[in-house]
Amino acid sequence: MLRDRRKEYLAAAVLVGPFVVIYGALFVWPTIQMLIMSFTDAPLIGPGDWVGFKNYVRILTHKLFSAAFLNTAYFVLLTVIPNTLVSLAIAMAVNRLKGWKQGFVMACFFLPYILPVSVVFLTWNWIIDVQYGMIQYLVRPFNGGQGLSLTRTIPFFMPTVAVVTIWWTLGFNVLLFIAGLRNVSPEIYEAAALDNAGRWRQFSRITWPLIWPVTALVLTIQLIAQLKIFDQVYLFSIGGRQDATIVLVQYIYKAAFQQNKGGEAAAASVILFGMIIVLSVLQYQLLRARGEK
Amino acid sequence: MSADAIPQSRAIPDRVRRDRAIDVGGLILSAITIVFALAAFFPIYWAVITSFKSESEVIASGLSLWPKRLNIEAYQHIWNNTRIGYWYINSLVTSALITAIVIVSSAGCAYALSQLDFPGRRVIYVLILACFMVPMQALIVNHFVLMAQFKLLNTWPGIILPQLIVPVVIIVYKQFFDSVPKEYREAAQMDSAGPFKILFRIYLPMNWGITSALAIITFIGAWNAFLWPFLAATGEATMTVPVGITQVKDAYGIVYARLMASAVMAGLPVAVVYLLFQRRVTQAIMLSAGVKG
Repeated sequence: MLRDRRKEYLAAAVLVGPFVVIYGALFVWPTIQMLIMSFTDAPLIGPGDWVGFKNYVRILTHKLFSAAFLNTAYFVLLTVIPNTLVSLAIAMAVNRLKGWKQGFVMACFFLPYILPVSVVFLTWNWIIDVQYGMIQYLVRPFNGGQGLSLTRTIPFFMPTVAVVTIWWTLGFNVLLFIAGLRNVSPEIYEAAALDNAGRWRQFSRITWPLIWPVTALVLTIQLIAQLKIFDQVYLFSIGGRQDATIVLVQYIYKAAFQQNKGGEAAAASVILFGMIIVLSVLQYQLLRARGEK
Repeated sequence: MSADAIPQSRAIPDRVRRDRAIDVGGLILSAITIVFALAAFFPIYWAVITSFKSESEVIASGLSLWPKRLNIEAYQHIWNNTRIGYWYINSLVTSALITAIVIVSSAGCAYALSQLDFPGRRVIYVLILACFMVPMQALIVNHFVLMAQFKLLNTWPGIILPQLIVPVVIIVYKQFFDSVPKEYREAAQMDSAGPFKILFRIYLPMNWGITSALAIITFIGAWNAFLWPFLAATGEATMTVPVGITQVKDAYGIVYARLMASAVMAGLPVAVVYLLFQRRVTQAIMLSAGVKG
């Protein structure tokens, strides 16, 4: 028995070994380094002196950081709920189709989600191009016949990037909603039909309450994902007034890689880290509470 | 939009006549859905079509939905004047290695967590869950510092290493290994099979579907990764495809046909993988979101 147990420990050590090495070196270690670095005035590469909470104080009173926070919150507002509602509508429309039609429609909505962000950026940057972009046919009548750069005009920047993001990512949400809709037993609808419940009543009394757990999942996944937004916002802002449209991860990027302020970038990372962990724990509790019901 | 959520095949006889009556509404709804799906697909179509146009046709006014003459000048230009050949090799090698390492190390770790008893089991599981909640974007600064210390920037290992943290693969594997009936393991142990034999002869073969699904989305995720490769690979010959195509510049301003050709070349591999393995891709995405489809 004892030898068996020892053999089992050995096997476990071999199987878990690669995980421990990878996550130790590339997750635990950088996390500890990040915490230490955030209390120093170190440049990106190289040693620094201990400065206590100075970086945190500076960031939290820094106008650019509040701008980054507000821009990120604005982006979350523009994407999370609209994306969820649009995705639910599409999922219900797709779910009632059958056969090749369903496969075709689903592929159309899902294909963008599979593409790299830079492909999405190039495609839409061409569509909205101020001179030759096709969107200008819609813009010009509202702008006195003139073209308008949607990403260089600050008030239009976030809404434009939000629309592109929704187009890019909705396939993922549609997928989750369809899985949820398929779990709703058809008998419930048959019973409702016998009671002559109209379509709106069926939706508000059956579909919506039964699909709510999936909706909560989609909302929280979106919320956490969009707080970490960087790629699209950065790509669309190249060559523009980047500070006006900066988001949180971009603030970290700027501090670290453009201003060489490693300590400040690490402190900003810790703040983002904390925000997302709090939200993730809440999400976990929410989903677990649902699971126990 | 909730209309006709009732699967018609299961509708009860009383309702047959009413179903026929509302069929017109159903047809209109189907038509609207298909129009929306085509609209969602249109940006991709427009990018592809633009890439085959001559530059004079691209900037000509009016919307021509089909090129006058299929023109591959843009592709030839990108192939001859950028390092896209290198980018393809870099993307292919790094994505393939990330996929292989993530799948092997995660399967081993998940099997040990699921089937073996060893000290430190709980600690490791908590670490995985913690890692699941942590935003990798918050670690970019210290990943960069770490890779710089080991002189790995602008190398394959430098691009690969930080991308090996994919905890969701372990979680999905563990769920599937947990659900394999204990009898299989006990029977194999009677035949004095060791833990490795049991993993490679029973647990993995029973879950090939999951392995292929997880491998495909890990590969797509690695191919599409933007932020980390963008930071780690700054030399023109060391970039991955999604980073490289954002650097395509022309001496005489923007040439959209060429940009679209580069976008098509970057998106094509993942689009093909998706279209070939549609079911596996959607299954893996649902599993990693915690929804069983």
